[in-house]
Order: sequence, then C-alpha cells, then structure tokens
Amino acid sequence: MSSASGLRIIDLRLNVAATGNDIVDGINLTIEKGRVLGLVGESGSGKTTVGLAVLSHARRGVEVAHGQIFCGDTEVLALDNEAKRKIRGELVSYVPQDPASSLNPALRIGKQLIEVLEAHNFGGSDEARKARIKEMMAEVLLPTDDEYLERYPHQLSGGQQQRVGLAMAFACRPSVIVLDEPTTGLDVSTQEHVLKTIRQLTRDHGVAALYITHDLAVIADLADDVAVMYSGRVVEQGEVSEIFKNPAHPYTRHLVAAAPDIASKKSIIGLTGRAQSPGKRPVGCAFAARCELVEDACRVEFPKMVLVGGRQTAACIKATQVASVMISSAKPVSARTVGEPVVELVSVSAGYSGNTVVHDVSLTIRKGECLALVGESGSGKTTVSRAIGGLHREWTGSIRLNGRELKTMARQRAVADRLAIQYVFQNPYGSLNPRRTVGDSIVRPLVIDGKSKHDARRSVLEVLDKVSLPGSYANKYPDQLSGGERQRIAIARALVSEPEVLVCDEVTSALDVLVQAAIVDLLSDLRRQLGLAMLFVTHNLPLVRSIADEVAVMSEGRIVEVGPSESVIGNPQQQYTQSLISATPSIERSMR
Amino acid sequence: MKASILRFVLKRIALGLLTLFIVSLLIFAVTQALPSDPAEAILGREATPEALEALRADFGLDKPIVVQYTNWLSGVLTGDLGTSYATSTSVSEYIGPRVGASFFLLLIAAVGSIPLSIVVGANAALRRDRKFDTTSSLVSLILAAMPEFVVGTILTIIFSTTIWQLLPAVTYLEVGAPPWSDMKGLILPVLTLLIAVTPYVARVMRAAMVEVLESDYVEMARLKGMNERTVLWRHAMPNAVGPAFQVIALNLAYLAGGVIIVERLFNFPGIGSALADAVRSRDLPVIQFLALIIAAVYVLTNLLADIGTVLVTPRLRTRLK
Ligand SMILES: Nc1ncnc2c1ncn2[C@@H]1O[C@H](COP(=O)(O)OP(=O)(O)OP(=O)(O)O)[C@@H](O)[C@H]1O
Ligand code: SF4
Ligand SMILES: [Mg+2]
Repeated sequence: MSSASGLRIIDLRLNVAATGNDIVDGINLTIEKGRVLGLVGESGSGKTTVGLAVLSHARRGVEVAHGQIFCGDTEVLALDNEAKRKIRGELVSYVPQDPASSLNPALRIGKQLIEVLEAHNFGGSDEARKARIKEMMAEVLLPTDDEYLERYPHQLSGGQQQRVGLAMAFACRPSVIVLDEPTTGLDVSTQEHVLKTIRQLTRDHGVAALYITHDLAVIADLADDVAVMYSGRVVEQGEVSEIFKNPAHPYTRHLVAAAPDIASKKSIIGLTGRAQSPGKRPVGCAFAARCELVEDACRVEFPKMVLVGGRQTAACIKATQVASVMISSAKPVSARTVGEPVVELVSVSAGYSGNTVVHDVSLTIRKGECLALVGESGSGKTTVSRAIGGLHREWTGSIRLNGRELKTMARQRAVADRLAIQYVFQNPYGSLNPRRTVGDSIVRPLVIDGKSKHDARRSVLEVLDKVSLPGSYANKYPDQLSGGERQRIAIARALVSEPEVLVCDEVTSALDVLVQAAIVDLLSDLRRQLGLAMLFVTHNLPLVRSIADEVAVMSEGRIVEVGPSESVIGNPQQQYTQSLISATPSIERSMR
Repeated sequence: MKASILRFVLKRIALGLLTLFIVSLLIFAVTQALPSDPAEAILGREATPEALEALRADFGLDKPIVVQYTNWLSGVLTGDLGTSYATSTSVSEYIGPRVGASFFLLLIAAVGSIPLSIVVGANAALRRDRKFDTTSSLVSLILAAMPEFVVGTILTIIFSTTIWQLLPAVTYLEVGAPPWSDMKGLILPVLTLLIAVTPYVARVMRAAMVEVLESDYVEMARLKGMNERTVLWRHAMPNAVGPAFQVIALNLAYLAGGVIIVERLFNFPGIGSALADAVRSRDLPVIQFLALIIAAVYVLTNLLADIGTVLVTPRLRTRLK
C-alpha cells in the first residue's frame, strides 16, 4: 500500500443483522492524505452506514458482513474491542450531523474536549492537554478563555456547537476523519466558516477526510473527489471536476440537473419514484426503475464499474454513452408577465410577547407570480408568512387581499378570505394526521365548509390529479407515502379550497434534491395554470433563481433588498445580500 | 449562580409550606366531618348526655370550627399537639417515638431501594434484550403486581414459619426503644418495603437509561474512544437520573403509605399501627397529626426530587434567574 493513502475501503458490505439483507455492498473507496472525498446520495442510500464503519462501528441491528477498511496501515474492522476504542478519536475521528444532540447536555464543553485527550493519553500532562484544547479552540475560531470552556452545550449557538465538534475531532491529530453532514442546518455564513475550517485543517494536517452530504454544491466547493451512492452502492466516483462537468451515470446526471445553482438561472429538473430500502432492492441495476436508458441487460446483474476516463468510473452498462444520449431536456423558463397585486403588506411589524422581531415590512405579491422571501434562520421569514396566513396574533400594519384589509387572525376573517389564502407547512411528516386517510385530510376544509360528500370526493380526485398523484392515493395513510408524496398531499390539501394565494414555508427543506426539484416544478406549473400568487419562504438561496420572479431578502426582521430575482441574485446591491451570495457554495462557480 | 439556586430552593420550600397549609385545612375539614362523635366513641352508647357534653367541652369540640382549627394549627406550630382522646396522654409523647421508628424503617428502605433500583435498571438497559434484562423485567413485573401484604406474608412463610425459622414473624420492639435495638425484627418489614418499590423504580430507570443509551451523545462518546465505564457513568447516568428522580420521589411518598400495611403485618410499633388504632377509636388529634406527617413526607420528597432534577440538569439549572 502506498504511504500516501490515508483511508482505503475494500469491498465493504454491511447487513441488517436480523435479515441478512445488505444495507450497503461492494463499497470501494480510497482517500489520500490531505484530500477530501465527498460522499453524496439521497437519504437512506447508506452514507452514514459507510461513515460509521470507518470507525469500526455499526448501529444497533447492523453488522459488518465482509470487507476491509485501512486507516493508514491499520485494518480497523479486524481489531478487538479495546483496540477499536483506542483508535476512535485518535487515529480516526467523527464529526456528527447534529451537533446539538451529539454534545452531552450534562457536561461542560471543556470537559467533553479534554476527555478525548485523556482517553488517548494525549500530551502526557494536564497542562499540555489544556494547552492543546486552547490551540484547537483557536483553530476553529472560538474563544479560548476558561469561562467559555465552562459553558454547557445549550449555551452555544448551532455554529459554535459544530465548531466544538470539529475541535474535538481534530484534537488528537487523527489521520482519518469522517464528517457526516456537519453543516446541515447551519446558516450559509456559518457554513462557510465551518467549511473553511475543515479545508484548512485537513490540508494543514494531512488528514484524509470523508465528507458525507446531500448537497452537491458543498462538495463542488470543498472536496477533491466524489463518490455517488444510490441504494447502498457506489454508482459513480472520480475527481470533482470530472463528475460535475461530465456525469457518466444517469443518476448522477439527474442529481446535477436537479441541483439549483446560485450562479445561474437554471430550471431544475426533478425525477419521480424512489430508491428501494434494504431487502426490497431489485436484482441488477437499482436505478433501473427510474432510468430512461434502461434495457433488459440492466436487470441481470449489478453493473460493473466502468472506467469513463481519467479517474472517473461509473456502474452503468451505458456509462460511456450516457453523455451523448442524455441531453438535459430543460423546460424553457417562461417569460414573466406582470400581474395585478393580490396581497399587499404595508409597514407590517410583528413580535412575540412584546418583543418586535419583524420591522416595517412592505411587500407585494402579484397574480401568477412567485415572491421568494429569503434570509438566515431567525430573520423573521416565518413570522411574516404566518401573519399573512392569519396564524400570528401579534402584528400591526396592514395586509390587504385584493385591496381589502385583512383581520389579524384567520378566524376573524371572512370565509372567502380565509379560503383564498392557503398555507403549506415545512414539515410534511407533522402536518398530516396519521390516523386519517389522505383523502379525508384533503376534504376536511370542504366538509367544514358544508360541501356534499359526492362533490367533495370529486374535488379530491381533481386536486390529486393536479399534484400528479393517482386517485388511488386518496385511500392511503400518511405513513405509506414518501416525503415528496406527503408534500404533494399537503399542497393538494391547500389547493382544494381553490385559493388565490399559496404561502409555502420551507416546503422543500426536508426533501432530497430530486424530490425538491419535482416539487418546485409542480409549484411552478400550478402557478402558471391556476394563476396563483405565491409566497415561497426559504433559506435556500440557489432555489430562488429557479422558482421565483421576485425576491425579498430579510435580515434581522427587516427587508434589506427586494426586486426581480435575476437582478437581486445576479447583481446584488446591498452588502448583506452580496455576502450571503458569496457564502453560498456553487457548482458552476467552483467548476470555472 | 449560587444565589440563583438558593433563591430557587427557598421558593420551592415556600411553595411546599403553602401546600402543607392547604393540606392541613383539608385534613381538619375531613376529620371533623367524620360522621361519628368522638365523645360517644370513647364513653360508649350508654353515656348520659351530660357526660358527653362535658367531654366535648373538654376536647373543645363545642367551639366554632374556625376556632378549633386555629387552636389546632397554633398547637402544631408550637409543638403542642394536644391530648390523645383514647390514651389521654399528650399526642407528642404518644406519637413521637412511633414517628421516629417509622422514619427509621422508611429510611433504610429508601437507602436500600434507590441504589438497588438504579443499578438493576441501568444494568437491564445495558444488557438490553439479553438474559439479565429479560429475567429482571419478568421478576420486577411479577413483584410489582403483588400487594405488600401478599409479599409480606410470603416472606414470613419462607423465612420465619413454614420453610425456615430464621427470622421473627413479628417485631418485638418496645414503644420508645430505639428501632435498631431489634435488628432481626426489622429485616422482614424492610425487605417487604424494598420489594414494593424497587421493581417500579427499576423499570423507570431502565426506560430512561435505554433512551439515553440510544442518544447521539452516547454514540458520540463511544466514537470518541471513551471506555464503557466512562460512557456509562459520565455520559449516560447523569442524563438518566433526572427523570428517575421524579419517580423515586413518588415512590418514597407511596412508601409512607405502604408503611401502614407493613407495620400492621409485622406488628411494628410505628405510625402505621398508631393510625389504625386512632381511626378505630376516632382519636382525632392523633389522626390529624399523622395525616399531616404523611403529607409532609410527600411534600418533602417531591421537593427534594424537584431540586435534585434541577441540580443535575444544566439546561434547567442555568435557566434560573
Ligand atoms: N439500525 C438499523 N437497522 C436496520 N436498518 C437500518 C438501520 N439503520 C439504518 N438502516 C437502513 O439502512 C439504510 C441506510 O441508512 P443510512 O443511515 O446509512 O443512510 P444515509 O445515506 O446516511 O441517509 P441520510 O441522508 O438520511 O442520513 C436505510 O435504508 C435505513 O433504513
Ligand atoms: S445500468 Fe441501465 S438502468 Fe442502470 S443506470 Fe445504466 S442504463 Fe440505467
Ligand atoms: Mg446519514
């Protein structure tokens, strides 16, 4: 083995212990020292399972079936328990997805940092260890004073918690590090800091880093190499530039096509269907059911990794032809028509128990148009959208619907006004009643409204059709649906009252990028067909260019910039918007 | 920080005292409303109306109820608990040693059951779905389902009558003698109380521990290379005992009630047997005081549990102003 290789995974397979079904199989990855490999794939594809295996750990109910993992020269899967314990945190360390739940709430952060060093007897003396902690805190740009180290995790912000996680991971100078979506849930500016820190630390200390994420732009920005996982297998890998410029596996191509990009106005393309879970996976290529190039040969056995060029390989029997066959069939982005104002906000301020968090917001949403409201977490986006929907009590100013003044709360408003504004929530899991069939959930507003059963039933079929689901879905329960399907149902439920305005609050943030693209596509179609006015609340800046005509940027409760999305994102005037945009990673920018 | 905790504790104590005051009102109202007349209960059916009247006046039962209550409360506060109707001795003299004996019993049961249930519960969680867990779960389920008098009777059959004659079936403890003067006689009552509460607390502890062991931070501690001992004692335990405290408190309060049955069963001279006697003879001063004592135990254990939970939970502790 060459001394340059930091991490080598050879033919790894992990099973569900109870059934023997594979969760991941045939994983082969190499990461050289000082390099970052980005592992992408949708939720459930097995990324975390692979990442944990590198620390010779499997979650409860999961077992290693076969394979080898070399961290440097140590084969970690072959170690006994005590030896495993010793390498964890010292030779190979882990940065978890959710820092808030991964730091122990009952221990001070200083204690949690120093105990890693103690466990591995790093530094030899308490003074040396204390000095090392301060050094690490400084490297991740956190205060080094004792008061700070005495804090408990809940006294830190999300970004600070994640940096503590990084300090902990790098503390013993490991040679391999696994980062499992360490920036999910962080604001872009915080994410930028964290990514910078990661890049610096891996380069400076010659660490081989496995960076797990579902965000392609982050990988383009940070990683040297990429491996794409689908349904428990690596389907394509290579250098970042190779993969993003010329994806060779149809799945990768779809991923890239579905990813919105801050640097270009691009209509993102979704893909319906979903990957099968362990035990239900088909023989042959797992992507076959969703692949437009599928042929009989694909279903015979799992396609071998084919060398496409350079270091790029792909597990597809058509890998070398894909580029010429699959020309992205992007829909033209329709020309903008300026419609009548439907909803107007004039000097709206809002707060919670006397504390004003939204200041003097004025906005106009027009017929057939989408206005995106963007901003970092805590900027007041949701408060504004809830005030429009009549779900927030404490606000002043004026909100007008078609020129008519709206009452504060939904229940004070006229029935017609109430039905005219519909709200789709962030979380497709929480917003549907698990005990009701989808059809029942959809007709509820109608039944309350006094429609006959027969009419209601017809309306359900109509709206299901509008959100591209078959009528048979009316009889399903929420837990029988995927995340994307649930979000479609939530949209259908909003459409059934034939609204004029749709308020969508972070409706795609829990979804994988292919599903997100499909939902965005659906919303754009509906807007055009039904002439809906739409408020799209999101923290996802790149998405704005693909969905919205107009954008309003919010910061600390105020609108800092508003205008056509092309000019605001393409040529921002305010410093705040400029910094947001430059902090947002982009595939196109990275590939230039 | 320190001052804020002190303030919190003081506030809880004040709240506890308020609770006790309200309880004292209830106790007084309920006991006074008991249908039978204490004077009649003591003098019997054939007593002349004059004699009854005289006795009532003696007890102060002829005064307005508000005056009776304030007299009683000020008595309790100044340590003058009145005179027992049945024994004509001062209540403090009659009850004092019994309260001490019962507290001693309760104390050993608590000191034994808390660590025992924590250890059993934590171990079951650690060896989840393995032999220790399934066995302890089954055993604790069976024990929890049995009332104290059944447990006590079975223990007596095993240890002092039918099978082995190792231990006395009843306590030979003089009233007023220190409870530890008959250690052998204490074993069965204590054991019965232990069996009454340990299974329940152990099950709660197991559930809390299972949840904590599944948490991200415990997984993270393992991935940092902490050894299992540290994972258990430093990372898991402090997060599991918080919720367990509340249940332990409820069970100690329950013990205060359970002690009555156990004392009867083993003829232990504590508040349990005193209360039973007092109820039979409508001995109001004794009933009222004992009810107040039991309520105080209840309030105190809950107070301690609340304070304990806040102290072991930094998120709650740092929120104190
Ligand atoms: N303890 C377990 N027992 C059985 N199956 C499991 C277990 N944990 C995960 N799985 C299954 O293994 C598959 C891969 O899970 P994994 O967490 O590795 O995915 P992931 O790519 O990290 O997803 P995400 O992006 O949502 O974090 C999923 O289908 C999941 O349902
Ligand atoms: S192997 Fe066949 S089904 Fe699979 S991705 Fe390639 S062309 Fe599509
Ligand atoms: Mg994961």
